[in-house]
Amino acid sequence: MDVEGVWSRAARWPLLRQLDGDRRGLGSAARSLRTASLHPRTADADHVVRSICPYCAVGCGQRVYVKDGQVTQIEGDPDSPISRGRLCPKGAASRGYVTSPLREYRVKYRRPHGTNWEALPLDRAMDMIADRVIATRKETWQDTDSEGRTLRRSMGVANLGGATLDNEENYTIKKLMSALGFVQVENQARI
Amino acid sequence: MPGLGTSFGRGGATTFQQDLQNSDCIVIMGSNMAECHPVGFQWVMEARARGARIIHVDPRFTRTSAVATDHVRIRAGSDIAFLGGIVNYILEHRREFRDYVVAYTNAPVIVDEGFKDTEDLDGFFSGWNAEKGTYDNTTWQYAGMEVHGAAGQREMGATQGEQSGHGGHGAALKHGEPPETDPTLEHPRCVFQLLRRHYARYTPELVEDVCGVPRERFVEVAEALCRNSGRERTSAFAYAVGWTQHTVGVQYIRTAAIIQLLLGNIGRPGGGILALRGHASIQGSTDIPTLYNILPGYIPMPHAQAHDNLQRFLELNTSPSGFWGNMAAYTVSLLKAWWGPHATAENDFCFDYLPRITGDHSAYQTALDMLDHRVKGQIVVGQNPAVGSANSGLHRKALAELEWLVVRDLVEVETAAFWYDSPEVERGELRTQDIGTEVFFLPAAAHTEKDGSFTNTQRLLQWHHKAVEPLGDCRSELWFYYHLGRIIREKVAASEDERDRPLLELQWHYPTEGEIGEPSAEAVLREINGTGPDGAALSAYTELADDGSTACGCWIYCGCFADEVNRPARRTPGSEQTWVAPEWGWAWPANRRILYNRASADPDGRPWSERKRYVWWDEDEERWTGEDVPDFQPDKRPDYVPPAGAKAQDAIAGVHPFIMQPDGRGWLFVPSGVVDGPLPTHYEPHESPSANPLYGQQSNPARQIFNRPGNRSHPSNGSPGADRYPYVMTTYRLTEHHTAGGMSRFVPYLAELQPAMFIEVSPELAAERGLEHGGWATVSSERAAIEGRVLVTERMAPVRVEGRPVHQVGLPYHWGTRGLTRGASANDLFPIVLDPNVHIQEVKAATCDIRPGRSPRGARA
Repeated sequence: MDVEGVWSRAARWPLLRQLDGDRRGLGSAARSLRTASLHPRTADADHVVRSICPYCAVGCGQRVYVKDGQVTQIEGDPDSPISRGRLCPKGAASRGYVTSPLREYRVKYRRPHGTNWEALPLDRAMDMIADRVIATRKETWQDTDSEGRTLRRSMGVANLGGATLDNEENYTIKKLMSALGFVQVENQARI
Repeated sequence: MPGLGTSFGRGGATTFQQDLQNSDCIVIMGSNMAECHPVGFQWVMEARARGARIIHVDPRFTRTSAVATDHVRIRAGSDIAFLGGIVNYILEHRREFRDYVVAYTNAPVIVDEGFKDTEDLDGFFSGWNAEKGTYDNTTWQYAGMEVHGAAGQREMGATQGEQSGHGGHGAALKHGEPPETDPTLEHPRCVFQLLRRHYARYTPELVEDVCGVPRERFVEVAEALCRNSGRERTSAFAYAVGWTQHTVGVQYIRTAAIIQLLLGNIGRPGGGILALRGHASIQGSTDIPTLYNILPGYIPMPHAQAHDNLQRFLELNTSPSGFWGNMAAYTVSLLKAWWGPHATAENDFCFDYLPRITGDHSAYQTALDMLDHRVKGQIVVGQNPAVGSANSGLHRKALAELEWLVVRDLVEVETAAFWYDSPEVERGELRTQDIGTEVFFLPAAAHTEKDGSFTNTQRLLQWHHKAVEPLGDCRSELWFYYHLGRIIREKVAASEDERDRPLLELQWHYPTEGEIGEPSAEAVLREINGTGPDGAALSAYTELADDGSTACGCWIYCGCFADEVNRPARRTPGSEQTWVAPEWGWAWPANRRILYNRASADPDGRPWSERKRYVWWDEDEERWTGEDVPDFQPDKRPDYVPPAGAKAQDAIAGVHPFIMQPDGRGWLFVPSGVVDGPLPTHYEPHESPSANPLYGQQSNPARQIFNRPGNRSHPSNGSPGADRYPYVMTTYRLTEHHTAGGMSRFVPYLAELQPAMFIEVSPELAAERGLEHGGWATVSSERAAIEGRVLVTERMAPVRVEGRPVHQVGLPYHWGTRGLTRGASANDLFPIVLDPNVHIQEVKAATCDIRPGRSPRGARA
């Protein structure tokens, strides 16, 4: 190690740095090489996507930071005229919501009277659900009421949920259910 | 909510959160805004920094109370008495904004001579049918006029309320001509005088007796509101489910509407009523409803007994005046969006393809029908009724009676696991092997894994972009319903059965992309916006036609894709535009941020004051102009008088700001559209320790009660057995959790921040029942007994009602048997008893008992 290197190392000695202006030892004196090498993971993001908080209806702006196809951080969006960059504890924890250790990634199936979940391929599940819908609809169909007035419906199938979903999703739910003749379509608005 | 819809014309918040900064006084009631809508609350703090008075009226002292200028403790379930007291204070002391009231509200309108008030009939309005348990509203009408479609609605009995239901509008008046009025407000049957008589007994002394609020405290609040209203000043109300979840929920909001109309606070900056909603798109899921009684844009679902064809449907639902006069254009355009070329003038535009309703088909009725095996299959998406519904134990039992159940969520919520992990299974009331329900759990995609728009609490559509692809079998709801529809259509493709025609002719062709075939959310938004004869996106709902040349999935959202631009995705930074920020997202209707904003100008079109300038008439340009998109035809002069025979919006005079209402006026008195009365009246909650001092009629006579095993109620005040449940219980939310917990109990940080169910009681109640801070207690009702850790705190305190203390028990309702933090569900305790207008449950006030120690059956920590 040359002389310059020794001096440079000595100058980083915290005690010297503390004498050099940082008397309380809370600033530059306490700063280590490791500290200097740290940076927010938002800086490494491949890209940032504009989003909206999924919890309550304040509608805070979110910025979703993505690296290698994974959500690495979710921050408040300072551009939002409503939230001005802020998020509440839930919004600030929403990376934990989308990456929760309890998230499910596979279809699970419980047969009638079964005591366990079983695996089921998604396309098979979709096919089975379609069959259940068609069969129950057929079984419970009502063309008219007792006085011959049009009903054109089935009261055998109900659909619940919507307030946490997108407008486009609610639209397709209402459109499909109405075409199928299911009127018991409801969401949290009354709950 | 019909509370706002019938009073003003649209079922949405009248203002936007940022506008709270302009308020001189904000009353927060039925809401703990600082904890439940913390980021929106910054605008309340801005107002306070500018010197505004912030008044929090609540049974609990919360963080909202801590930063308010006033906290007024009130007995849960007594808010109409408090608000009615304010109405009385305004009228007694002549503090109404007279010019506003005379010109813009229905105060001068003369009401039918057959009308009888609750003051005349000991708690009933005229028209009560005791046998049916419903009102006939014929006598509630304007003199010489008939409510539009009254005959048909009478025939439908109780279903009338469902027709307006969550709807943005009250039923129309039959005639387009102006109603009979008395501008001096002296006529004994004018609305103003009816109001005076109706609320005359709501004195400060009565408020003290009913609400437990000392009369001086009450007068301070009433006086603060009056002093901060008028030409130069405005006050705002903010509320949440603390107001709506009652058997008189709609009438709570109606009372606030009356106050705000009398004080001239609607349509003006710093005024309004801000509904604070709890889910990201609960406003959107009402506008584009996953609700049984309405179609997109608050068009009623056809009713079997009244709407046999399109013509009849339109006759009964079209208003001769106001924007509901264009019902045909809105309805036909919706039918064109759904059935495309199959919908023609010859076949009623496929109106007959719509299924018909015949009564209450709401979520609670559906759950009871599941128990009774009438409903056999259910699809549950992003909702957790096994924890979130009143009497959730009964809901879990209902799930066990289904033949099949589909649950879609990010995590395995209680609704998916009820068959092996529930209090009923733990107690042995249900045995897994005995439960015949076939259950499909399908993992859902998160908001970061799909494109789409949410509509927030201020009617603002905001787009969220997909950040990453969903993993494994996770899919969006858009994917699920699109492909489910596609598969079903393929399976019945060869069918010639008449019942399959609506399905096979449905316009169900959305472009898909990527490996998983995700439908384009933007294509769906464009269909919602609507297209014209040339196939191009429409710019405004005023372009919609009733001849089949336009298609539009939701008329109030028309314009969100104008010029082929996804307007909800607009992100011009707030710092680069005016405080109204019109270029951030898109608000319905027509990108307006304050509704009815023509009322921010006087009848001549001039601002009421420089300080409260917002929208005004520019005589040189001959147009309305200002900070916002005018909520008025832009070139309609303030002195416009409709010519004879004018229709729809052209029949609304230039002085009338409430353009959705058939008379253009804000409704203090609601002749039609609210099933339990034209004026709000204090009734006790269904379960209450107190007597109703005003009337022999204790509770809302029109409320829905389902008296059946598993859903028994407690006797109220003084009746035999009432002393078994001497305390009031109320549910609430915590900042770190979200509703039924599906989005928070499974999130590590949030579970750590609020790790356990608790029960909040006052030191006085703790002493009375021997409860120990940090120890266990059991709260019980006829429905259930649940346990939790006791939190003894001075944030709770008994209120004195008629000289005796009433103790209140606070219960956060987020917990269930699953997730990273587990605990008892508060909703297990409550009965299914509902508001008759919107079928919402009463979980903000009921009775209970509380004892030290763990629940007799429960061992779960």
